[in-house]
Amino acid sequence: MTTQDTKIEKEAGDLSRRDFLGLLGKGAACAGALVGAGSALASASGGAVNALGGVGPTFQQADDQYAEAVKNPPKIPNYNWTQHKWAFGVDADLCIGCLRCVEACKMENSVQMDRNHTRTWVERYVYLEGEHHALVDSIHDIKNVVPGSNETRFKFDDRYKDGQFEGKKVEKAFFVAKLCNQCEKPSCVQVCPTGATYKSVDGPVLIDTKYCIGCQYCVQACPYGARSLNHERGTAEKCNWCYHRITKGLQPACVEVCPTGTRVFGDRMDPESPVSEFIRNNKVNVLQPAMGNYPNVFYKGIDKEVF
Amino acid sequence: MEKDVFYHVAPFSGFTFPNETEVPWSELIVIYPYITGLVAGAFVVSSLHHVFGMERFAPISKFALLTSLCFMFFAPTPLLFHLGQPTRALNAVLTPHWTSAMAAFGYVAGFYIILLLLETWFSFRADIVAMSKSRTGIMQKVYQALTLGSDDVSPRALHTDHTIARRLAMIGIPGACGLHGYVGFLFGSLKTREWWSSDLMPIIFLLSAVGSGVGLLIVIYVITAWWRKKPTDEGAVQGLLYVLWTGIVVVTVIEALEMVQMLYKGREGIEGVFALIQGPITNSMVIQWGGGFLALIITSIMMLYNTKGKKLVFWLFISGLLMMVGVLAMRWNVVIGGQELSKTMRGLMTYHPEVFGRESLFTVATLFTAPFVVLYLAQKLLPTVWENEEDDHDDKVFDVHKAI
Repeated sequence: MTTQDTKIEKEAGDLSRRDFLGLLGKGAACAGALVGAGSALASASGGAVNALGGVGPTFQQADDQYAEAVKNPPKIPNYNWTQHKWAFGVDADLCIGCLRCVEACKMENSVQMDRNHTRTWVERYVYLEGEHHALVDSIHDIKNVVPGSNETRFKFDDRYKDGQFEGKKVEKAFFVAKLCNQCEKPSCVQVCPTGATYKSVDGPVLIDTKYCIGCQYCVQACPYGARSLNHERGTAEKCNWCYHRITKGLQPACVEVCPTGTRVFGDRMDPESPVSEFIRNNKVNVLQPAMGNYPNVFYKGIDKEVF
Repeated sequence: MEKDVFYHVAPFSGFTFPNETEVPWSELIVIYPYITGLVAGAFVVSSLHHVFGMERFAPISKFALLTSLCFMFFAPTPLLFHLGQPTRALNAVLTPHWTSAMAAFGYVAGFYIILLLLETWFSFRADIVAMSKSRTGIMQKVYQALTLGSDDVSPRALHTDHTIARRLAMIGIPGACGLHGYVGFLFGSLKTREWWSSDLMPIIFLLSAVGSGVGLLIVIYVITAWWRKKPTDEGAVQGLLYVLWTGIVVVTVIEALEMVQMLYKGREGIEGVFALIQGPITNSMVIQWGGGFLALIITSIMMLYNTKGKKLVFWLFISGLLMMVGVLAMRWNVVIGGQELSKTMRGLMTYHPEVFGRESLFTVATLFTAPFVVLYLAQKLLPTVWENEEDDHDDKVFDVHKAI
């Protein structure tokens, strides 16, 4: 157990462990109403065939669950958002492009299951012999990502299987995980006409899906392509680092499932947290610093081609 | 539902972010700045008479004002159709988030509609009073209601009307410039897109707005004159030629400057801009620049040879139409083109508009037809819109002072 976990456990001290788990269970059914996201693994096992040919409904979260979450948001006991400053690290050297993170995110947050709406994604950069620019693809590229079985929904196609592509040798290749940067100066918040999206004190940029008008100005303003429109709700959609989980002492779903430790998460106010150590012990970078957004996702091992 | 999700997905090439493959702003956002532009342009022409007293514009100044008002009614509608949650549209007005340019829209548009309504009422009040006395039946009640109880048409009252209308028009000029410069700001202030992020964007939007608005007035004026079997007013047509020519010249120069500046600076992503011009927006670029240049050549020749009579009317009509089409293509190039170039600047999308649906070409056609229908009804309600025409005195419906 990290210091951070201990700290939050302490904050939740007046709850018995059983109460706490019970609360989490309720939370799972209710979804993080604060941010319009939901933990709804329970309903993910529905049998409908979705648009990708995989098994499971297009949306994991049922409408009544969402309505319930909005009406009756789960209470977060003793969570004080001034006591935390969340941050995220991505060690690109470790990523194997398995896309478990993408799947976990879609399940956890009931993101639309198609390839064109995603809260987090992984980009594959491939340099071919003699080329100065990398070939970049991601999960939206139908040629590069094959729909998996019912067990794994997304995986990169093995088009560079023999270390070759169209007669050229692969010289260098790597994966980069992308997600919302929860910027210090978020341009999405700046342009939101209603204030439905806002910067929380503890870091993440959140969306009030009960107030968002769905104008998509924020989608335009995000330099990182992190936002999209949720057609079911007619409102903006983006990663919030699983705010409903982190406020209860859990890791974001993508961090939880990452098998290689590529994704690192924690509290910067806690010097012993994984992310504080990650930033302290590595030479880290952020994406597009010239935009002036001051991102809070820190990258290790990214290349000049990464945008 | 699934169709809905996938229907919007644009084919792409190169390196794009997954979320980008669904183009957020559709053809409805193309038509929105186009309609506001027509409002601003028409208003400028009406002001040339109302504010600056240019008599040659007298025959069309009231009509220009009415056109401006009718189009302004529909300026916000494309946005409403575009929203994911249209019923919450007023959230932006009730609790505006002031760092957002878009939060001001409700206020800017509301202010402008009220201003246009007031100016129209003061300009037409005497006519409304006269009609409330000369008409019978239900229309009499309608006109009586429209007078708002103010039926004084003494010379002093009419003078007050005129003064107030002129002052409102004076406020309206910076208002029109603000309204449309603001629309340009909505795009130009976004740093994420190289194609939008230009300091010249508000100016370009404003100038092209004036150009297209004058074009619209010319087209409607010529068509209605033909419809009413009345000759067009030589002085007014000549004046419209001058305004249109000035508009085209300035807008072409500024747009060319912006383009050259972007290409010359050659910042990161300029290859993407080249690919965009040579790719998804080639046709609309040809229409935009071709339309602009053709209109420029035609109007320049007419200026040079001092063309008059039917020839002038015909070719001015063609130029006005070309300007309208060119500016529409320009709006497409800005709004859709900007989104077709990926934020990575290393990938392109190709947007295919839907034909039917909430956000579709059909909606656009409907919303763009509506102002013409309302304008038709408005000029039925206020037939004195043409009263300043020199040759129109004989068959005037009534004379304000005789009727009283």
